[in-house]
Amino acid sequence: MSTFILLLITGLGLGALYFLVASGLSLIYGLMGVLNFAHGSFLTLSAFAGWEVGRRIGLDTLTGFLVAILVGAIVAALTEFLLIRPLYERHIEQVLVTVGLSLATVALFEGIWGPDPINIQRMPWLIETTTIAGAPVPNSVFIAIGAAVLVLIGLLVFLRKTRYGLIIRAGVENRSMVTALGIDVRRAFTLVFTIGGIAAGIGGVLASNYFGYVSPLMGGSLLIFAFIVTVIGGLGSLAGAAVASILVAVLQQFTNYYWGYGDLIVVLLLAVVLLVRPQGLLGRKAA
Amino acid sequence: MSSQATSKKRIAGGWLELAVAVAIVAFLALLPMLNLPGLGLLPGPTYTPGSLHLMAYIMLMVSLALSYHMIFGLAGMLSFGHALYFGIGVYGLGIVLQRTDIPLLPAALIVLVIGIFVTHILGAISLRVSGISFAMVTLAFAQAGNVFVRRNPGGYTGGDEGLALATSNVPDFFIGVVNTKYLYWLALAVVVVVFAVVAWIEYSRAGHGIAATRENEMRVRVLGGRPFVVKLIAFVIGGSLAIVTGMAFLLLQSGAAHTHTTAEFTLTLLVMVVLGGVGRRWGVVVGATVYTILDQRLVALASHDAIRELPAVLRIPLSEPLFILGTLFILIVMFLPGGLSALVDRFRKVPVEDEPIKEPV
Repeated sequence: MSTFILLLITGLGLGALYFLVASGLSLIYGLMGVLNFAHGSFLTLSAFAGWEVGRRIGLDTLTGFLVAILVGAIVAALTEFLLIRPLYERHIEQVLVTVGLSLATVALFEGIWGPDPINIQRMPWLIETTTIAGAPVPNSVFIAIGAAVLVLIGLLVFLRKTRYGLIIRAGVENRSMVTALGIDVRRAFTLVFTIGGIAAGIGGVLASNYFGYVSPLMGGSLLIFAFIVTVIGGLGSLAGAAVASILVAVLQQFTNYYWGYGDLIVVLLLAVVLLVRPQGLLGRKAA
Repeated sequence: MSSQATSKKRIAGGWLELAVAVAIVAFLALLPMLNLPGLGLLPGPTYTPGSLHLMAYIMLMVSLALSYHMIFGLAGMLSFGHALYFGIGVYGLGIVLQRTDIPLLPAALIVLVIGIFVTHILGAISLRVSGISFAMVTLAFAQAGNVFVRRNPGGYTGGDEGLALATSNVPDFFIGVVNTKYLYWLALAVVVVVFAVVAWIEYSRAGHGIAATRENEMRVRVLGGRPFVVKLIAFVIGGSLAIVTGMAFLLLQSGAAHTHTTAEFTLTLLVMVVLGGVGRRWGVVVGATVYTILDQRLVALASHDAIRELPAVLRIPLSEPLFILGTLFILIVMFLPGGLSALVDRFRKVPVEDEPIKEPV
């Protein structure tokens, strides 16, 4: 029973990381039709930034965390402004540019920090465990789940209650109509990229604490599952991304423990979802 | 220009292409017997095993990029899973040779038949969706393949350490550094066959059907065509050519490595095709050649003294080949649509015929 609880809660923690990556991907795709391959690099860079700050000025402040978020936001905004915007409306080229960016940045990170994972120092209470129903769960898992829930609530409030949220939602629905009404959608583009970068930045710090290391490849490996989550949940749907993150991560955690092929099961799930419901669980438009 | 004149020009272009291809192949076939300098592009003179190995490697990459061109360039399907089919060739043949006593040629045929079958099934599933979803599904299948290879089920794939070529059923002239020239000729044969198949399909009715489906799927459907079948044909042919290339690659490298089944490997194929010019057969050949030479030789550049003495800000980026290639790729996508072949067109002042139709806003 305690194994079951442990797998369930760590699965939720992994799902939280997937959601932090997938929420940005899903919003960006929903509004702009761009699949952002560089999203993993935002996450990796934030994780390294958080680690560098943390080991220089001490672990017990939130500075590293805030710097990581800031780095994610700035890099994402710059990417949109410098690389995506000039290729406006050319979706394949936009995807290709993010592919190039991800290849180049991963190589750069390997050049700077070396190709191997670096074990990180964590705040002691992050490694300590809290016992829930007999299962010792590391505290970092709760932090990840809490952060993902906060990001989800924050995004939902932002999208439902603010003017810019309204513009983004309208843009996902029908971009040409929003443009026709005289609203500059491009500002919303930079905004969703920045939001995605912030979520990836949070994800980067939490992922390094969850796994206990930073590595140039950590963003890329999370990104592939985030892609799968985004497609299963329905491209452009935030709630879909949340549901699919939990589904995918928990399923992966359980099959990995009992059978060892969790990643294959996830891919099979993707194939089944696409065969039965090509638009994804909560997606509206047919793909 | 009238359509008749255009078609005459096309046919003349076909003969010119054939003549150029024959000349290049004849020259390449003679290289192992010649003592030409490597000019810094190759590690030594052309007849040395090191140079022959690099050239064979380049030719197989060209062949693989051409097989990807079938899917991405000709049929317009953005697949992120092409490495899977290459991997089926590499690992399939490796496993059959290791686990059975079947000689090389029948083993290769068995792998090809099974591979085509798998390509068919996965292609049919993936093609239920299109666009970005298609890209994701193919990526997921390839990722599953990569996971499978790395987990090393039953000790079949060798996991992270890779799979060594079992030489007992491979003819002796394919084994050993001294015999690199035979592997070189094998690679040349593979790239010639793959190029010929791709060119033949592009000139055939099926090729026109594939191109028409790429340009306007709805219209093909209205005219009574079946886009699904057409796309599946392109996918299966591209996959099969990748399988054939993979089998030659196994012999050349005398082993298989899991890095050639990753999504990153597919992305490098994408980079090669875009570098040379999407939809241009010769562009793909040039793009794959340039990419592979840079990828292999930039490492040598990085250990050069002039670079080593640079401050870290310049040294680190310049010693990472993929950083340079990735940046080059971004610049080409942004400032040189059409890749290197567009550069040639501009130089020759040829009016661009195949200007991509702008998406309606």
